[in-house]
This record gives sequence, C-alpha cells and structure tokens, in this order.
Amino acid sequence: MSDDLLEMYEQMAIIRRTEKAAYDLFMTGLVKGTTHLAAGHEAVAVGASAALRPDDYVFATYRGHHHAMARGATAEECLAELMSRATGICKAKGGSMHLTKADKGMLGSYAIVGAHLPMAVGAAWSAHLRGSGQVAVAFFGDGATNIGAFHEALNLAAVWKLPVVFVCENNFYMEYTPIGDVTATEHPAAGRAQSYNIPAEIVDGNDVVLVREAMTRAVERARAGDGPSVIEAETYRQYGHSRADPAKYRPAEEVERWLKRDPIDLARARLEALGITPDRIAQVDERAKAHVEAAIDAAKNAPEADPNEAFTDVWADGSAVWRT
Amino acid sequence: MENLNPNQNATITYRDAVAEGIAREMRRDPTVVCLGEDIGAAEGVFKTTVGLFKEFGPSRVWDTPISEQAIVGAAMGAAMTGMRPVAEIMFSDFLACCWDYLANEIPKVRYMTGGQVTVPLVVRTANGGGLGFGAQHSQAVENWALTVPGLKIVAPSTPADTVGLMASAIRSDDPVVFFEHKGLLASKGPAAPPDHVVPLGQASVVREGTDVTLVSLAYTVPMALQAAERLASEGISAEVIDLRCLIPLDMATVLASVGRTSRLVVVEENPYQGGWGGTVVSIVADEGFELLDAPIRRVAAENVPLPFADALEDRVMPTTDKVVETVRKLAAY
Repeated sequence: MSDDLLEMYEQMAIIRRTEKAAYDLFMTGLVKGTTHLAAGHEAVAVGASAALRPDDYVFATYRGHHHAMARGATAEECLAELMSRATGICKAKGGSMHLTKADKGMLGSYAIVGAHLPMAVGAAWSAHLRGSGQVAVAFFGDGATNIGAFHEALNLAAVWKLPVVFVCENNFYMEYTPIGDVTATEHPAAGRAQSYNIPAEIVDGNDVVLVREAMTRAVERARAGDGPSVIEAETYRQYGHSRADPAKYRPAEEVERWLKRDPIDLARARLEALGITPDRIAQVDERAKAHVEAAIDAAKNAPEADPNEAFTDVWADGSAVWRT
Repeated sequence: MENLNPNQNATITYRDAVAEGIAREMRRDPTVVCLGEDIGAAEGVFKTTVGLFKEFGPSRVWDTPISEQAIVGAAMGAAMTGMRPVAEIMFSDFLACCWDYLANEIPKVRYMTGGQVTVPLVVRTANGGGLGFGAQHSQAVENWALTVPGLKIVAPSTPADTVGLMASAIRSDDPVVFFEHKGLLASKGPAAPPDHVVPLGQASVVREGTDVTLVSLAYTVPMALQAAERLASEGISAEVIDLRCLIPLDMATVLASVGRTSRLVVVEENPYQGGWGGTVVSIVADEGFELLDAPIRRVAAENVPLPFADALEDRVMPTTDKVVETVRKLAAY
C-alpha cells in the first residue's frame, strides 16, 4: 500500500512541477498559444489511472497534461510539445490542448467540450466487440455536462451496456462561471447519471486513494459486463481556466480553503500516517524536482519543429496529397 | 424530377448496390461493423442496409438512438481501437447535428497527434434533392465535407461504382464520407463483378467528346450524359467526366480532358456559393488557363434554401435543360 502510494505521490509531484514549468515557460515566451493547467487536479488523473490496466483507453480534455502524464507521457515530451520542439509528443502539431500517448492507451486530449465522451463509448464498444476485456475512460470537466454529446454518450453507453467509465473533474467552475449558476442539478455529472440508469459516485477528487478506490469499483463493474459508471470527483484548479485567466472571480476564502486541501499535501499526510519518514518523502520530492528540471533543459535544447512536418500525417500513408 | 435512368433492364439497383457493397466487406473482414438509426431489423429507411442484419446479426449491425453525435463519435472511438465502423447518418442534412466530428475531430486527430492514431471509418449518408423533401431533407452537402482537410469524399453515380467505391472506402485507413444520392437509389445498372474495387480518387470518362468537357458527380452524371446526348443531335460533342470522389480530387483527368476540348462546364448539385465546382475551376484557371478557348461555366443549385414544390425545386436545382442551354451558349463563344 505505502509503495503504491509513494509511487502515486511521485507521479503527482512530477505533474505539479511540470505544470509549474509550463506556467513559467509561458511567462518567458517559450510556450505560445494557451495552456489549461491541471495543478490541483493531479489526484484525479493519478488515482484513476492507478486502477487501470495498461491496455485500457483514456480520453481527456484540453486540460489534459496530467492525464497524458499519468498514462506514461514524459515531462520532457510534454514540455517539448508546448515549446514547439521536434521532439514534442505530437511532433509539435498538437500543442498543449492535444497531448496524446496512444501507445499507452491515452487516445487524445480534445479541445471541443464534450466531444470525446462518445469516442470513449466507441472505444468501449470496440472492446466489447473484440471481447478484449478493456475499459475506456473519459475524463471531462463539470462544464461538459451541459453539452449534448455528454447526454448522447451516457444514453448510448447505458443502452448498449458498455465498459466505459465517465469521470467528471468537478472543479466548480465552467471556465469563469460557477457551475451551479448554469446547471439545474447540484451534482452536474452524478445528478444526471440517474436519469440514464447509470450508477454514480461522488468522491473527494483531491484524495488520490479515494479516487483510486472509486475508480477500482467502476472499472471492476465495467470489466464484469455490468455497464458504465459515472464518477464525479470534486477538485479545484490552482490556476485560472487558461493562461489568460487570473481567476479573480473566485472568493479568496474559497481558494484558501481548497489550497489547504492540496492533493499532494493530502497524499503526503497519508504517507506519514503509514509510517513513511519525512526524509524518504523528501527524497522523492528531490527526485521529482531533478526529473522535471532535466526535462525542461532537454526540451529547451531540442531542435525546433521542422516546417516540412506541416505536410505529414494528414493521411494514413503519412502524406498530405489531396489531388492529382 | 427528371427520369435520368433509361437503363431499366439491367440487373441491380443503386439501393441494393449499397447493401451489397457493405455486405461484401463484412464477409471478408470481421472488424467491419455497422451502426445507425433503423439500419438493423428495419433494414434502413432508404432500404440501403437490406439483408445485413439477417446475414450478420445484432453483433455486427447495431441500431442506435437518434443521436448523431454519439453515432459518429462512437464510430470514431471504435475506428481508433481496431474496428472498421460504417456509420449511417440517415439524411446528409443531419451531418450538421454531428458536424463537430466531421469538422474538428475525425479529420484532425491523426494530424494533431503527430500520426499516433488512425481513423478507418466510413460515414454513409443519403444526399441530394429532387424528391420534394423540402429544405431540411434535400440538400446536396458534399461541399460541406470539402471544406475540411482530412476527409476523403466519395459520391458514386452507378450501382457498380457504388460497390467498388464502398470496398475502397471501407478498406481505407483514412476516414471517408460516402454520399449516396437519394435520386439514384432506384436507378439500375450492371451488377459489380466479384471482388470489384474502384480506387478512391480516380475519375471516369463516361462519354468521350471533343467540343466541351462536362465535369459531374453522382446525380449530375446521368444529367450530364443526357445533356450530352441532346447536344450530340445538335452537332456538339460533349465529353462527360464522373469525378466519383471529391477527395482525392482527380484533376489530372479533368485537365487532360480540357486539353482535348478547350471548354469546361461543371455540373454540381450543391449551391453555387461554396460549391465544389469552385475548387475545380480555380485549379483549371491556375493550371489550365492556356488550354481554354472560352470562359468556364458552372451549373449549380441557386443560392436559396431548397423549396418544396416541384415547380420551385426544378427552378432552383441543376437540370438537363440548364446544362444544355449553358453548353450551347459556350459552344458559340
């Protein structure tokens, strides 16, 4: 148990430091476009991934750095992508919003809200058709629960009884607006699941152990052929919605309350309660720090993306040829 | 609408060719699965999936709710994970309900992941007007798909081509939007030979001529052929090209034909504004200007929503008369 938790703690520490690096690199002009940082959400990705098989499928959103990394994307290839390097995880053709690690079953980060829920249903349908025992997972924000694709996906998954888990990262804000102001149910995902006869659980999304436990139940249910589940993991963004957003709309005492429940601090407290010494934890912290620093250096020193790459990967033969 | 299909003694309908094309691929590849509204036991509202449910059963032919986003989104997820789904969107107008998948997701995911994933799927849909279905069930929307790099676009005009292009579409590792023309479903033609495969991106010269090139697609192919027949009686020799696909676009065949005829008329059912003919003629203007002895003309739908009544619909859609009239004037240029 403590070894598992230590491993999850280290993953979260690496993700947090990578997000901090992304923020800092943006400020120095090395990262362009936009970023949607997941600092504060680490326990959802790491806890949920810890309950999955290596061949399971994950679909995430434009706030998806943590999901890519929880499935095995390295800090270096993610930061290289953000810095438009040839060594980027998507050859610098995707950017921050589309981190993907397909060979680890992480089938993409999608920047149209809710679009990937039906895809996860399709991956689960495929697993069912092939009898592979795989499970598909869609991670999405609370804002996605108000778009049609969410509802079409839940209904189809339920009527076809597919092995899919819908994990809502409820951070209580859809972009700049409190989710409660624009949603008719108190629990945006779990509250809707009932209408599709899908069992739902609300979990503390900042506690990596509780997330893993809830996810384990949902995944077992899916693998047993009992159909989809919804998990609503309550968590909080430590940065604004995107790079441009200082998040001044959130009450200071609310931010303060959530920062006191930082998922990494909660995991550390659990480790200490299990008898892991502060020295041992400090070693892990140091290792995570060195790992991300090395990743930043490697990404900075990697070559810029080759402009000719713009004309590869349109078609399956690798080309971009559209006419004779 | 005009009867453009005089060949009534042939052996198979376009409608049956759709089902035949899918069935052939389902027999040879167990990863081919179908999903859509009413496609199973009901055998499709256009009867283009007749026999599939009976032969392959509910594990290969899946009825869905009226959820276009879930249909196409699920097809995408399945295609990314080892299947070759064939999704039906009942009327092509309804592509607008799942446009996100055709505009933002399916054509882009391979590219934006640096080639990490492949999306071998077919979205089939009944396209086109002339049947009095009104503004929301009659559009020719092949030009919608043409606006998005990353989709292959097929629109057959004959039963044999339907079978052969369906084979290529389903075997393609790239996503294909397959437009089946409602006005051609009852038309008949020679059956496809066994193992018939028509490669994507190869236009067909369906009538040779020397005075003018008519470039057509799907329903406008028999229209252009009928126009060519009438023009022949007036001493004008029209060459007719069936593009068969919009992407890949076989401009080599078009440019070679214009080189022989020196005149070009594009006959397209989608609206003039934003229609695919605009892309074809811009390439000819760029690369074939010196081949031309006359201005290029486009016969397309008028820039209005499609009306209901026959008299109004005929006024708005391309017709054989409009093609003949356009060519006549051009021949005199």
